[in-house]
Amino acid sequence: MIQYAWLIPTLPALAYVLIVVFTKRSRVLSAGMSIVATIFGFLFSVGLLFELLKLDPADRAISFGTTWLQINSLQANVGILIDPLSANMLLVVTLISALVQIYSLGYMKDDERFSIYYSYLSLFTASMLLLVVSNNYLQIFVGWELVGLCSYLLVGFWFFKPEAAAAAKKAFVVNRIGDMGFLMGVVTIGMVFQTFDFAQVKGLVTQDIANETYQTGYIAGIALLLFCGAVGKSAQFPLHVWLPDAMEGPTPVSALIHAATMVAAGVYMIARTYVLFSADPSSMTVVAYVGCFTAFFAATIALAQDDIKRILAYSTLSQLGYMVMSLGVGGYTSSMFHLTTHACFKALLFLGAGSVIHAVNSQEIWKMGGLWKKMKITSVTFLIATLAISGIFPLAGFWSKDSILDAVHESAIPHHEFLYYSAIFTAFLTAFYMFRLFFVVFTGEPRDQQTYDHAHESPFVMTGPLIILAFLSISVGWLNLPGFDGYSKFLYYGQYHDEAFNWTMAWFSLMIALLGILLSASLYYWKTFPVAKIVEIFNPLYLLLKNKYYVDEFYDWFVKTFVFGLASVFKWFDDEFLDDIMVDGTGWTAHKMGALLSLTQTGYVQNYALVVFGAVAVIFLLVSF
Amino acid sequence: MNNVPLVHFLYLAAVLFGIGIFGVLARKNAISVLMGIELMLNAVNINFLAFARYWNWNSLTGPVFVIFVITIAAAEAAVALAIIISIHRQFRTSNIDDAHYLHG
Repeated sequence: MIQYAWLIPTLPALAYVLIVVFTKRSRVLSAGMSIVATIFGFLFSVGLLFELLKLDPADRAISFGTTWLQINSLQANVGILIDPLSANMLLVVTLISALVQIYSLGYMKDDERFSIYYSYLSLFTASMLLLVVSNNYLQIFVGWELVGLCSYLLVGFWFFKPEAAAAAKKAFVVNRIGDMGFLMGVVTIGMVFQTFDFAQVKGLVTQDIANETYQTGYIAGIALLLFCGAVGKSAQFPLHVWLPDAMEGPTPVSALIHAATMVAAGVYMIARTYVLFSADPSSMTVVAYVGCFTAFFAATIALAQDDIKRILAYSTLSQLGYMVMSLGVGGYTSSMFHLTTHACFKALLFLGAGSVIHAVNSQEIWKMGGLWKKMKITSVTFLIATLAISGIFPLAGFWSKDSILDAVHESAIPHHEFLYYSAIFTAFLTAFYMFRLFFVVFTGEPRDQQTYDHAHESPFVMTGPLIILAFLSISVGWLNLPGFDGYSKFLYYGQYHDEAFNWTMAWFSLMIALLGILLSASLYYWKTFPVAKIVEIFNPLYLLLKNKYYVDEFYDWFVKTFVFGLASVFKWFDDEFLDDIMVDGTGWTAHKMGALLSLTQTGYVQNYALVVFGAVAVIFLLVSF
Repeated sequence: MNNVPLVHFLYLAAVLFGIGIFGVLARKNAISVLMGIELMLNAVNINFLAFARYWNWNSLTGPVFVIFVITIAAAEAAVALAIIISIHRQFRTSNIDDAHYLHG
């Protein structure tokens, strides 16, 4: 069965082509094909998982493929690699994609470009699956760029809104910066190892380390170049600016691409190329600190945002930061576990937010309020997701976040205590801002009566996926219950270590999260303290957070001053030298030479005849003497 | 005929050719220029025949060439006269210096 795994990315790709070429006019056929292809992918992935589980843990990596290009001795393959890591990602991507596509039947039903929307979702699913099953660095880069393209198309899906068009462009441009690093990394791998295959590179690096012939700088350099790509795609500081703006796209897209799957591709890529990272502690340290900083930085921004989707976007940044940090400290399993649980509850949060936006036609949380009474299913599922992301026992987030905190605590990274306490504090902030969002949107009195009256529960195609995801947000964490450790035994790097679950630390982080919820409740539910007053006292800080630390403004200033400055120097050179002197000069010279030569064209036939005879005479003389 | 040396024919041809060049380069009248060209062609014909006579009378190469030259000269005269008539219609003159509108 595993040898047919190439069908998983192929079917959505086929669905994309069929929709674009044939069924664009039929909404039912287009959406149907897209959904069926994805559900097939999901069922197939489940089958693959069971096939893998039947195998001995040491044999759980099946790779096959065929030659794509041959450049001298360097061979570029296209192939499939099925191992626990890709099987896990296949399940996450196909499941979330299928649920989001079903949900979109309701959310997008009035959109004119419904079929095109589904074609893009199919293309995205195909590209993401291509990336996930790839068995070499070149193919993963192809998938990587394709999901970037889909992200661009879907963020700018409502391109007639200027903000959406600008956000799509921003997402694309910012990603280019990271992808540049990724591409250079891939090319360097090709040059150094003479192969792009994951397994072969892994073998060579391991061999190098064993023989102590390996050059740390080389491998660390490649790892950092690849990390640039991950920083762009997984929106880590300083390339995080595109993700919050990407919220201009349709909400189901935000759930699928900008929360659950595509942005996790960076994390997945680091996990996939982990051998390069783990070879050198210095690159691991960089990864850990970038992740930790992003987690904390984004969580603080989320405290002061007013747009429901933006709060969730910053929370995504923050959670991705956790995953990256976890990889940096050696918590390979924890990172992928958090990726999986996060995909469930973050998709649920976004789809829930979509349901709310669908109901009230606004994204401004201060226009909502008291929706609990109107939207029972959305509210309950949203609450479950909020509890899960806050890390409340026994929901999914509790287990995965705790395993990350555990990994940070156990790590050998310099000053890991600092990372640990930042992560704990970030967990506190997460609980706080997520419950702020929940209390403001769903509890209390309606703030805008008209909006409130208009609000209604969404249709079943939308609430159905919410219920499924809510169930998963509760239960996915149980895959790794202490004592059972099913997930850790399935997906690990190198050798499996049986680690005892640290209950003391788990209770500690749970207390921290509860403290965050309590503070949030006292501010936004019981209203013990007046929020406005507190904001007034900390006004400069509030403004700093509300304006996202002015990073966008800084980039704007930087681009305008330095990039445009440099550009104007080149423009001057181009205008004055290349254009005026070189290009126009060539024309001028030819023109003047022509004018000079045209003086010989007197128009008198006899002049010409004279020249001819004179020339003959001269030639004759030259030849004879 | 046999006592006339070859060089006399060559002198005659050279003189004719010189007169022809003078006609082409110096005369203003288009007809005169045309006549100059005809003279030059005929000077060449004389050379052909003279060399044919003095080196190998049995070879027909020289005389045949002369026939060709005469034929081409007739065609050339026809075309040239047609052009001269056209010029005359256009400019009301047969002075070729007046037809120099293609100057640079």
